[in-house]
Amino acid sequence: MWAGPINGAVRRVPVWVLWIGGLVPALWFFYLGLTGGLGAEPIKALEHELGLVALQLVVAGLAITPLRRHLGINLLRFRRAVGLLAFTYVGLHLAVWLFLDVQDAARIGADILKRPFVTVGFAAFVLMIPLAVTSNDLALRRLGPRWRRLHRLVYPAAVLGAVHFVWLAKGFQIEPLLYLATILVLLALRVRLSWWVRRA
Amino acid sequence: MANRWKNDLSERDVTPESVYMNRRTLIAGAAGLGLVGAGGTAHAETLEPNDWEDITSYNNYYEFGTDKGDPARHAHRLTIEPWSVRIDGLVDRPGDYAFEDIMAKMVVEERLYRFRCVEAWSMVVPWNGFELADLLEMAGVQGRAKYVAFETVLRPDEMPGVAYPVLDWPYVEGLRLDEAMHPLTIMATGIYGRDIPNQNGAPLRLVCPWKYGFKSIKSVVRITLTDEEPPTSWNKSAPREYGFYSNVNPEVDHPRWSQATERRIGGGLFSPRTPTLMFNGYEAEVARLYEGMDLTRHF
Repeated sequence: MWAGPINGAVRRVPVWVLWIGGLVPALWFFYLGLTGGLGAEPIKALEHELGLVALQLVVAGLAITPLRRHLGINLLRFRRAVGLLAFTYVGLHLAVWLFLDVQDAARIGADILKRPFVTVGFAAFVLMIPLAVTSNDLALRRLGPRWRRLHRLVYPAAVLGAVHFVWLAKGFQIEPLLYLATILVLLALRVRLSWWVRRA
Repeated sequence: MANRWKNDLSERDVTPESVYMNRRTLIAGAAGLGLVGAGGTAHAETLEPNDWEDITSYNNYYEFGTDKGDPARHAHRLTIEPWSVRIDGLVDRPGDYAFEDIMAKMVVEERLYRFRCVEAWSMVVPWNGFELADLLEMAGVQGRAKYVAFETVLRPDEMPGVAYPVLDWPYVEGLRLDEAMHPLTIMATGIYGRDIPNQNGAPLRLVCPWKYGFKSIKSVVRITLTDEEPPTSWNKSAPREYGFYSNVNPEVDHPRWSQATERRIGGGLFSPRTPTLMFNGYEAEVARLYEGMDLTRHF
């Protein structure tokens, strides 16, 4: 019932607004880190904030299809920007980890291989690379139906990202589990959807 | 018994905070211009104490929340007056000892210690406190005692974090008796000569500088002498990751991250990592406690 007004309102919002708005947090966190606004240990704080925004963008991207199918809210034309922003944040998160946190090439390799929570997070990043590379009209045209299949890689990437968050927590913490649960629900909505579609 | 250990880590005493903060500003400014780092000794640099702000704003005290800033935000709700410590178990004079009565008998000293968190960050903290050995002797340790168990206060009304099962509350810790009696082991009651803030474990907390920070249990309400190794909170939560000893050891990694290096808090966004020292730099003082032990097994 609100779908009409919402769709009407967002239709007037250009996609570049999302790009600008999406990149502001990264610049803001970096500025805070440089000026003492992220507390006594800005490196971990910056790393954590960037990773969290990345995961939030992944959740937002996964929500677009169910929002349209179940509530009739159409945000489809923002999906590419949301996905590319998510990839950008994962990349920034990784860059902070590499250059500011670990700082040691030998240890970076060892951590990716030896520490399962790092392995899982890195795997999520690797899965997102082909998606980012093919997030343009040319690739969409060239790949045709294969494009859709390729972009289902975002499902395992999202789960791995959430597992990465759950795994790095000390003790029993609820926030990372909520992200994992949200992602699993958003994926479950698709499973049931395709099952219905096949039966219909 | 007090004053059994003298700091050989730095020639000077802790600089008064105001002077120190000014100097720190100068050093930070000079570093920005690329003037520092050409020479000088590593020791003098690493043992510069962290400033009051860092020490009291970046804390792990999960009873107030899991974010590093949560303790500073919420710990003001903790009532620390009146306070007493129950000392029981294998002691000659068990009982509830009022904080004031303890302080009247103890000799408070300044101890500038390295503090190494299991999460691979570190600080240097100018504690004020008394030797735990003196407190234990006040209660009279019996011959059969082999371990000391500690417990943190548990007040759900004052501690928002305990509403979540992050750990099995109350927080408990333990030491072997010889570790507890070691002159480096203190009960801290102050920082920079001021009363210890709530977020750092007021009114008194353990400080065992050669072990990872979580061993140094905060806001202690109970000390029990036992003949069995007592349970410890992080070991109960993840036995593969946190052992009973939890001595700082650059050669034994945490399963999820390396312990070979650490980051000193206070260096900003481009702070380098520095090598972690065996027993957090107290090898000469404590290595003999672990002679013949396989430290990869007794981690």
